Amino acid sequence: MARKSSTTAKVVVTLAAWTVGLLIFFPILWTILMSFHTEGDAIKQPWDMLTSPWTLESYAEVQTRSNYALHFYNSVVISLGSTVLALIIGIPSAWAMAFVPGPKTKDLLMWMLSTKMMPAVGVLIPMYLGFRNLHLLDSLTGLVAVMTLISLPIVIWMLYTYFKEIPGEILEAARMDGANLRSEIIYVLTPMALPGIASTMLLNVILAWNETFWTLQLTTHNAAPLTQFIASYSSPEGLFYAKLSAASTMAIAPILIMGWFSQKQLVRGLTFGAVK
Amino acid sequence: MGQITLTAVRKSFGEVDVIPSIDLRIEEGEFVVFVGPSGCGKSTLLRLIAGLEDLTSGHITIDGTDATDLPPAKRGLAMVFQSYALYPHMTVRKNIMFPLKMAGMDLAAATKRADEAAKVLNLTNYMERKPGQLSGGQRQRVAIGRAIVREPKAFLFDEPLSNLDAALRVNMRQEITELHQELKTTMIYVTHDQVEAMTMADKIVVLNAGRIEQVGSPLVLYDNPANTFVAGFIGSPKMNLITGAEAAKMGATTIGVRPEHLEIVESGGWTGVVGLSEHLGSDTFLKVATDAVGTINVRAGGEIKLRHGDAVRLSPQAGKVHRFGADGKSMA
Amino acid sequence: MATQQSRIAARFMVAPSVGLLFVWMIVPLVTTIYFSFLIYNQLHPERQGWAGFDNYYYFLTDRSFLIAIWNSVVLVMGVLIITVIGGVLLALLMNLPFWGQGVVRVLVIAPFFVMPTVSALVWKNMFMNPVNGMFAHIAKGLGLQPYDFLGHAPMASIIGIVAWEWLPFATLILLTALQSLDSEQQEAAEMDGASWFSRFIYLTVPHLTRAITVVILIQTIFLLSIYAEIAVTTNGGPGTASTTITYLVALRSLYDNDVGGASAGGIIAVILANIVAIFVMRMIGKNLDA
Repeated sequence: MARKSSTTAKVVVTLAAWTVGLLIFFPILWTILMSFHTEGDAIKQPWDMLTSPWTLESYAEVQTRSNYALHFYNSVVISLGSTVLALIIGIPSAWAMAFVPGPKTKDLLMWMLSTKMMPAVGVLIPMYLGFRNLHLLDSLTGLVAVMTLISLPIVIWMLYTYFKEIPGEILEAARMDGANLRSEIIYVLTPMALPGIASTMLLNVILAWNETFWTLQLTTHNAAPLTQFIASYSSPEGLFYAKLSAASTMAIAPILIMGWFSQKQLVRGLTFGAVK
Repeated sequence: MGQITLTAVRKSFGEVDVIPSIDLRIEEGEFVVFVGPSGCGKSTLLRLIAGLEDLTSGHITIDGTDATDLPPAKRGLAMVFQSYALYPHMTVRKNIMFPLKMAGMDLAAATKRADEAAKVLNLTNYMERKPGQLSGGQRQRVAIGRAIVREPKAFLFDEPLSNLDAALRVNMRQEITELHQELKTTMIYVTHDQVEAMTMADKIVVLNAGRIEQVGSPLVLYDNPANTFVAGFIGSPKMNLITGAEAAKMGATTIGVRPEHLEIVESGGWTGVVGLSEHLGSDTFLKVATDAVGTINVRAGGEIKLRHGDAVRLSPQAGKVHRFGADGKSMA
Repeated sequence: MATQQSRIAARFMVAPSVGLLFVWMIVPLVTTIYFSFLIYNQLHPERQGWAGFDNYYYFLTDRSFLIAIWNSVVLVMGVLIITVIGGVLLALLMNLPFWGQGVVRVLVIAPFFVMPTVSALVWKNMFMNPVNGMFAHIAKGLGLQPYDFLGHAPMASIIGIVAWEWLPFATLILLTALQSLDSEQQEAAEMDGASWFSRFIYLTVPHLTRAITVVILIQTIFLLSIYAEIAVTTNGGPGTASTTITYLVALRSLYDNDVGGASAGGIIAVILANIVAIFVMRMIGKNLDA
């Protein structure tokens, strides 16, 4: 629509949009601001807090009082590990479904997605008891295994939609050029699908990092990722706002950044491709 | 090298028999064109020969060896796709060298061969570009180059010129024909455009609903179409097919006269009124509504000054009337 | 493009994921069903035996069950209403031309990427806390009494927190859909004399319906299994005021030692989720295929 929108309208809209945006973002902003103050300053009246000295003291305290680095490490291992595993299992499956579709393929995909809709509480008991008996409770191995399983449907689905966008003729050309299946996947499919694979990885790491059911139920200290660690702050021990803010800021920072890059993938992945 | 035989080849998709049964023999070095309307099975047939689809039954032999169960990589054939199917993430050089890499050729030999192919196709200046940076015609040459370096037993072309504009199409058509004269390799070419078929082929296979209607050289198909389908398909504008009283007069159910074989006469013949007239300078095309034989098309050389509404008399040239029986087959 | 060889290869390649997901679905679920019919209490291991449908009966007739169902419904409906309406309005706003669109977009999307435990704790402590929270400060500044959100209005507070988390999702989806609106169609309507309002009702809304449908569907599924936010803020309380079905079953599973009873609860949760899913999909499914 190549018409001039009146400047007044634009100013009004800009003001409105920025106000709404800042309001929505405010809790996050405040948390970040609070993290750079001492405990005593953090609970003061808002204006007083902002004008008191800025410090990294709370960040230091968080690390010394708890093993923050360990939990960060756990989150990284669980998110990345489960994503990579899901990709290894998922890429061949998605290839098969995208390029050699059978009459049952669509049903199979739907069924895979439906496993994601099963309420986790329905299987909590056997999972918990099973993990306990297998000594997998509070273990990274166990958690990575569970997270891989719940990641599989979305990973396969997203890869499927990206693979479908690759023209089948190019793979046929590779076949005519003498490529066997392995060569076809390595030299032609993967390079062409790399953006799609990267997007899938990005989205899945974010979802796994923020997952709060299984990570809360199946871990206590050793394998506890950041979700569990932060949850343990729910019973306050005296003044702790600044530390909570510091811990929270560190926990959400990587994902906020990654999330910024992955908006499109989010839409595609979480609406199961229904909205592009 | 490059002798291909199809025996009782049948292809069904589920319940549908796309190709009921085809027997065909392609000789070494021939330029064979599969031509026919959309959905006639010509692309399917090509893909069966390539190995990209399985036969439902029947056999394909290449140079005497049964290739029916061989995967595409092992058949020694090269294919140029309608959409060129170039690898978008590889440079032109890498695209052309890919089949050689798959065959395990060493880098030096492969580079040499790729460069030779590039020279033949005028691609030497574009070797480091990616397909996205090339024009349609250039992309097509890369696709052909990729096929040439394999030194295959036969080239398979799947409607390669459909995506090009008209002027480019004429150029590329000639380039492909020249390529065939130089390489002398068997070429199987699929198109829906009968002009391409007529100008390029040694042998044309006319397909309709999965069946071969006629196989022959372009001139044979032009002068002696085996049935009304081939008669109406080959030649542009289409042959006039006339049924009714005039046909019966000649002892046939249908008679056919090509627009270029109708003469404008002073007396006798069929009377009619000109509907549309198209004046190209080199030719004149007239659409005439006649009393005796319905609406027919006429093609005359040079400029004929007849316009809409003018009266005209038409008569077929002697010996140029084709007669077809009730089954559609030629009665010659 | 399927040849016999590629079909065989395909089957091998799909097998691992199908197998794993199948086991993941079936084995735990079957185990839960099995447990639900047993007398199995970890504090009294000597009591064994077949309970039949007793566990189900006790769970369904427990007072907290009905409260939990109600809370679940309230939570889902509440969040849906806020996010869909808010999402549509926000999407419309953000679709208009203004300066700094990219930045505002990031600001609005951000809450979705914050992990639920952080969201919940930030809201609980920094805003809703009646002593030190931001709302308390604002109230005092205005001369009002601070309000104990989580104590006196637990469900509303939780709905607020969850809505804040999910509003970005709805907005993003709806904004994407809005931006795929056919501008030529809009221009044609304008030439036909349609006012802004008519164009909105007859062109924009039908186009958005599909996206709204998807948002409702996806969110319902995820909202039914909200757990962390409740666990970290109210623990389902005061009493059972903010206990949803999911939370109730989780509590029973982990803290009650009554494996049989909790399993029955788990199965009931699965059945309810399936009913909701079928209901929602049928009601909305016709919109999707359009």
